Formats: sequence, structure tokens, C-alpha cells
Amino acid sequence: MPDLSINFAGIKSPNPFWLASAPPTNSGYQIMKAFDAGWGGAVWKTLGVPVVNVSSRYGGLNYRDKRLIGFNNIELISDRPLSHNLREIEEVKKRFPNHAVIASLMVQTRQEWHDIVRQSQDAGADGFELNFGCPHGMCERGMGSAVGQEPKILQMIVEWVMEVATKPVIVKLTPNISDITEPAMAARRGGADAISLINTIQSIVGVDLDQFAPYPIVDGKGSNGGYCGPAVKPIALNMVKNCAQHPDIKLPISGIGGIETWRDAVEHILLGASSVQVCTAAMHYGFGIIREMTSGLEQYMVEKGFNTIYDMVGKALPNVLHWEDLNMKYKVTANINEDKCIGCQLCYTACEDGAHQAIKLNAGTRVPEIIEENCVGCNLCSLVCPVEQCITMERTDDGTQHLTWKERTAAGTAPTVFEDEKAGGRHHWVPEPSAALGKERHKTLPGKARLYSGETVLPAEAE
Amino acid sequence: MAEFFTPTTEQEFAENFAQLKPVMNRTEALYESSRCLFCFDAPCIKACPSGIDIPQFIRQINSGNDTGAARTIYEANYFGNACGKVCPTEVLCEGACVYNLQEVKPIEIGRLQSYATTKVIKSGEKLFGPGADNGKKVAVIGAGPAGISAACELRSLGYTVDVFEAKAQPSGLTVYGVAPYKITNEETLAEMAYLQAQFGYNTHFNSPIKSRDELEKLEQKYDAVFLGIGLGKTNELGLPGEDKINCTGAVEFIAELRQHHHEVAVGRKVIVLGGGNTAMDAASESSRLGAETVLLAYRRAKEEMGAYEFEYDLAKGVGVKGLFNVAPIEITGNGYVAGVKFIRTETSDGKVLEIAGSEFVEPCDMVIKATGQAKQTEFLGLIPGLKLDGKGRIIANAHTGQTSNPKYFASGDAWNGGAEVVNAAAEAKLTARGIHAYLSK
Repeated sequence: MPDLSINFAGIKSPNPFWLASAPPTNSGYQIMKAFDAGWGGAVWKTLGVPVVNVSSRYGGLNYRDKRLIGFNNIELISDRPLSHNLREIEEVKKRFPNHAVIASLMVQTRQEWHDIVRQSQDAGADGFELNFGCPHGMCERGMGSAVGQEPKILQMIVEWVMEVATKPVIVKLTPNISDITEPAMAARRGGADAISLINTIQSIVGVDLDQFAPYPIVDGKGSNGGYCGPAVKPIALNMVKNCAQHPDIKLPISGIGGIETWRDAVEHILLGASSVQVCTAAMHYGFGIIREMTSGLEQYMVEKGFNTIYDMVGKALPNVLHWEDLNMKYKVTANINEDKCIGCQLCYTACEDGAHQAIKLNAGTRVPEIIEENCVGCNLCSLVCPVEQCITMERTDDGTQHLTWKERTAAGTAPTVFEDEKAGGRHHWVPEPSAALGKERHKTLPGKARLYSGETVLPAEAE
Repeated sequence: MAEFFTPTTEQEFAENFAQLKPVMNRTEALYESSRCLFCFDAPCIKACPSGIDIPQFIRQINSGNDTGAARTIYEANYFGNACGKVCPTEVLCEGACVYNLQEVKPIEIGRLQSYATTKVIKSGEKLFGPGADNGKKVAVIGAGPAGISAACELRSLGYTVDVFEAKAQPSGLTVYGVAPYKITNEETLAEMAYLQAQFGYNTHFNSPIKSRDELEKLEQKYDAVFLGIGLGKTNELGLPGEDKINCTGAVEFIAELRQHHHEVAVGRKVIVLGGGNTAMDAASESSRLGAETVLLAYRRAKEEMGAYEFEYDLAKGVGVKGLFNVAPIEITGNGYVAGVKFIRTETSDGKVLEIAGSEFVEPCDMVIKATGQAKQTEFLGLIPGLKLDGKGRIIANAHTGQTSNPKYFASGDAWNGGAEVVNAAAEAKLTARGIHAYLSK
């Protein structure tokens, strides 16, 4: 069986799955329960000068029948006395000496940082995670993302921490910044042992249509919160990749953002993370999801022949290029499997309205047809098709040519003026604008009987 | 062994006749509506005789616009609530759902339709109203799906409408002829009340139009007359013993059942004659009323039955047994039904041939004839110039519903010979517009 254990910047853990610093890690009770269920580590809910929270605190983003595809919160760091948290850290470590217990920290002055690092160390924490990410409540007080957005200050605080820390220090980054690698570099310069990302994204998750207030609502008012959940994974993956690919950062990365199944975790790992942190999924489904995650990861590693987590860390990075280095001669064309097609014609409308008018309908069949010469290989039809493997993108170039934008620019064959003959769209077929008129079928629906126009139309004839 | 105990209370009746398509709650509706793919040029719309914009109303439900969904439905079909429950959706909208091609359960369109319309009916929210009065008047004979739909459409076009109905309640077979597990009286009548409140047509119940005198009065008083009279009584079979006590027509049996529920008695051993959907209903209902055995006797093979497959499955599901290739030749008994004498048959070149010497008697204590309904030709004969086809159906223009007597227009079973509620509702809407076109000339 593959070995799931990790040694993350010196922090050992039986598997790469950690609970992120958040409500699920608010107490020793929860963390013991989580370890008991199979989690490899936990980042304790941020310690600092305890806060007082409001209610409500969480907002949900639902999509159709799916609940909490996105989630946000206006909850702050731990509201429990530091001494309680420290005592419980000690107890957890006694029971679970081989599991990772990481103390998330957020204070202001140098002295405060020194004190809290020492105290957490004494309590037995295996490492620290500096919370430079909280995008609400704490940043207004000059902490959290306010620090994460100022690389110089971030670096300075890391340096303060490193003065006393004898255990590994992870810097948790905020995504509320234009270039994630800047604070990551600052963490590196400050001497941090690792980085973790992303923290939540400043957000308004929705607005109540009756109360005219953003969620979550506190006595008829609201505030921007921190966005997380499945919906943020694409943003997190990109930022993880940016840090992992940066030639000068070279720090272990703990990937956070939208991890709900083993697949999400593997994606983070393939893009450079060597531990992953989970919060929203645990808040939604409980600690039990860890069984599916470890089992799925293990099965994947067996199938791919990976013996350790480190065999797969960053495995996808060589294939993430800049756009200008992609092969423009590679060409795919959509192909519809007629036997699988159920005739919903979503591909037709998508291509017709949303893409390149490269699909047509033929009388007598509901199976649409690809107009190959118009198909630019954009992928949209295959993405909207509800049937697995019904629309596939087939390679149509012969694989002998390779030309990138960078090469075209160097060779002087890239378009450079507004009316350039070399423009890509110049040679693509585009229908005349007036051909668009009268195409919307709903105008002729027989059901629109109330829109009486003096004509009578039999349903059978309405087509 | 009977599957159902004979119901003796309204509660027990409701249990035996539990709704096949109960109204969804909001969560069910959200989940089910989420599955709709929003097909282009959707097959479900094309399969609906009333052409409801189904993907549109499903999306409206999904986005929390239930009222808008109800509006979309009623724009196309005034019997939107009833149709959601009584339509053979398995062969119409749901049968056309593209999910069927993927072996995925089709969207429960009928139940979603009833969900949205039930909600708006309960709220009483007004979606439509009559059009500006155009000074013209139309008489509607029959308050069934055709008559009421025509009345609604005519009111929206500004006509004054008087509906004359022989029975005590509106909605025709929806309340008198549909199996009680498809829709309840309360639901049907609530939709009728809702429509009348919106459109304000006048109703005259227990007011049969049956004489030339009465027709003449209508012709004088109204600018046009709409015939939504449906079909008549169950056909006589012309068998010896057909007049015995406990030998009844399916239409009459079901009408009685819909009105008097558990107070309707059913035999211990029931034989239903026929192979259409009404036969399936009557058989299923007999079983649910506590009959010990219910035998469905059809003169052709099982595959040749007119009933939808799902209707036969439904009957089988409640214990009904089928007896095929048998023709009844006599109802036996002394005053009361004691059995049916059958002769075995075979089909040759589409014709049913009796096999000589194969007679046998199947004992029973009730016979329900579901062998088709008669046309109301006698009444229709009172209308001057009104032409009927060879099967007794009113001949009318397919686009306008106008009959050979220009003042008379027709829709529904009397015109199409007997179809679904949704057909009557759709046709009546067109005919109302035909009347409007005629009177606007």
C-alpha cells in the first residue's frame, strides 16, 4: 500500500489531510474527534486576543439543488480564552503524539508574537501558521489580510516569529491581492518554513431580496465576509500553482481551497501542495468525509504507481505553461456520437448563441451536426453536453507542426495593426448579422395563446 | 386475496385511492426542476397538445418564480392543474423527455405543473382577467374541459359568456370520469373556482339544453354557440341479460364513485368488459373498493388493447387479472348478475373470430361495461344544418372549430370522438379564437 504520511517542513503527519484553522478546529474536543475519524492534522482555530462574534455568521451560495457550493463567514478568530486553548492543545498532543497540531496565530506587537509563539510551543504545538489572511473584522484592526497585503510588514512579522520559534512556521496567505507570489516571497525572505494558501476571499455571497441586506444578516445589516467552499477551488489552484512555479519561493505549500473529495486534494498536490487543508467540506458534512478522501487518494496512488505523496507533488506543473508558449498548430474538432446523443440540442444553442455557429440542425432528426469547417475546437459543446462521452474533441491536425505565439511574434507573423490580415478571426466564417432574425423558437410556441394576433395556429402546425 | 379492504370511511377511501401524483412540496419541486436540461426546441413542448412552454415553467419553479410558472402554464392550458395530474404524461411530455434516451428517469413534468398551479390556486393570486367588453355574447353548452377552456378564452377576448351544464358541478369528466387516484374532487373544483373568479363567466348548473326550443333561445340570444357536450352514456352491447341488476356502464360507475366515494358498493367478484383506458380505471377502482377478484375481459389479445401500457400495469399492480381473447355472449343470473358467458376468440386479419363450442361461464356478481360511449347524435340532430361524420362526431374546421352551421362551434370529445382532457383544453382555446375571428369579421 502507498505511504500517505508526510513530513511537511518538519511537521509529521500520518496523511496529508489537515483541518484548516476554522470553526471545526475551535476546541480540543473537535480535534480529537477528527483525529479519531482519521484526519492527519489540524490547524487550531486562530489564537490571539479573544474576540466577540456576531450572529448570524455564515452565508451560503446554493446553485439549483446544490447547497453551499460557495460559503462565506464573518466569524473572527477564536473567542475562547488563550489558556483554555493551550491546555487543550497539550491534551490533544498527549493523546495523538503522531498527529500534526499546528497553532494558528494572530496578534499585533512583537512582544505579543513572541509570547504567543512561546506559549504555543510550550503547549506542544508541532508548528505555527501565521494568519495573514482573514479578510474581514481583523484586517480593519491591522491584522489578518491587512498584513497579508503588505509584504514588508508580513516579512517583518515573520522575522519576529522566527526569533523565538523552534518549531516550523507556515505563513498563511490571503488571496485578496493581485499577485500571490509577492507575499509568498516576503514570507520566504522573512525566513518562514512553508506557506499555506488560500485564505478566504473577500466576498458578498448574496443579498436577501426581502431585507435588502447582504448575507449573513446581523439585525438587518451585513458585512463583506470571507468566501470559501467548492466554488473557490479554481482560484486556489491557480494561486498554488503560481507559488509552486515561482523559481525563488521554493517553500513547501499547504493547499487550501475547495477541497471536498480526494480528487480536489490530488489536484492541489499535482500543482505543488504537499499537505492539504479542508474546512468547508467538514463544516458541511462532518469529519466522516475523511474516510472517502484517504481511501480515494490511496486508490489513486495505487493505480498510478505512486508510493509516496512526494511522488506526485507538482507533477502537473511542467504542463502549466504561459499562454504564449502553447502550440497554436494543435487542432481539435468536436465530434458527436450519434448513438449516445439524446437530442437535447444544448450543444446547438450553446454553439449558436455562445460560440461559433458551427452546429446545425437537420430535419427529421434531433441529433445535431457539426459543421467541421466552422468548428474552432473551443470545447463549449462538449462542456454543455449532459451525456458522458457523447461529444468528444478529436485531434484533426497531423501533429507535425508546432508554433507558439511567442514564435510568431519573433518571426513577425503575429498581427500588429487594427486591420491586420494576419488576425485569426479574419479567416473564420461568421454569418451575416441579419441571419440572426426570426430564429428564436419561443416566439412561435403554440402555448402563447394569450398573445392573440388574429391568427389561429393549430398545435400540430406550429412546429 | 383482496389487496384492499373495503373502505367504509372517507379516510379509508382516501387511503385506498391515494394520489398517484401527489402534489410536490417546495423541496421536491426544487430538486426535480433542477434536473431539467432546458432543451432547445424541447420535445416535451411538442408532445403537449396544449403546447405549454415546459422548460420555461420548470426553470421558473427552479428560480423561485412559482407564480410565473403558473402563468406560463395557464397561458397555454386553462386546465393546467388538472392536466398535471390526469394527463397520460408517460406518453406525452414525460414520454418525450430526452432523459428517456439515456435510461434516466424523465423529469416529473406533470407533478411540477400541478405544484406551480396548486400553489397559485391556493393563494388565489389573480393572473388573468377578462378582456374589455366587446358587447358580444357566446353560449357554451357543457362545463367540461372544452366548455370551460372556451369560456376562459372567450372572456379574455371580451365576450360575455354563459355556460350551461346538465350536471351539478363543472369540469366534466375531470370530476365525473377520471379515476379518483388521479385527482381529487377538491382539487378539480378548486381549479374551476379559481378560473371562474379570474374570468367571470356565468355558469348555469343543472341546466341541460336538450330541446329545439332551448337551442332556439340560445341562437337568438347569443352571437355564437359553443358545443362542448362530450360523449353520452356507455354503449349498449345488445347482450341477453344486460339489464340485470349489478350490470353497469363504466362511465356511470366511475361518475358514481367520484361523487359518493366509499358509499359506492362493488361486487365481490367483478368482471370488467373492455380493453381501453376506462376499462383499466374501472378495474383498478373495483379492486381499490375491496373487490376480492377483478377480471378484465377483452375480446382481443393483450397486445391489441387500446389502453396505455402503464394503465394496464397500474391495474395489474392492484391485483387485476386479465382474460384475453374472449367475447361476452350473455350476462347470466336470475335478476342479479351471476356470471358472464364468454366464447373464446382468435384474431385473423384484424377480425375477431369466435371459436365455435368454446363457450364457458365465468361466475361474478358484478359486470362493468367499459365498451365505449355513445355519441349524442339525437341532441345534435336538433341543430339545423349540423353535419356529423360516420362515427357520429361533429364535423368542424380543424383551425376554427366552426361547424357546418356557422353559428355553432365545437371542441372536445364530441368533435374528436373521445380524447384526453388536454386535447379538449387545447382545441377549445383554438375554437374560442375561431369564434372571435368569425365574430370580428
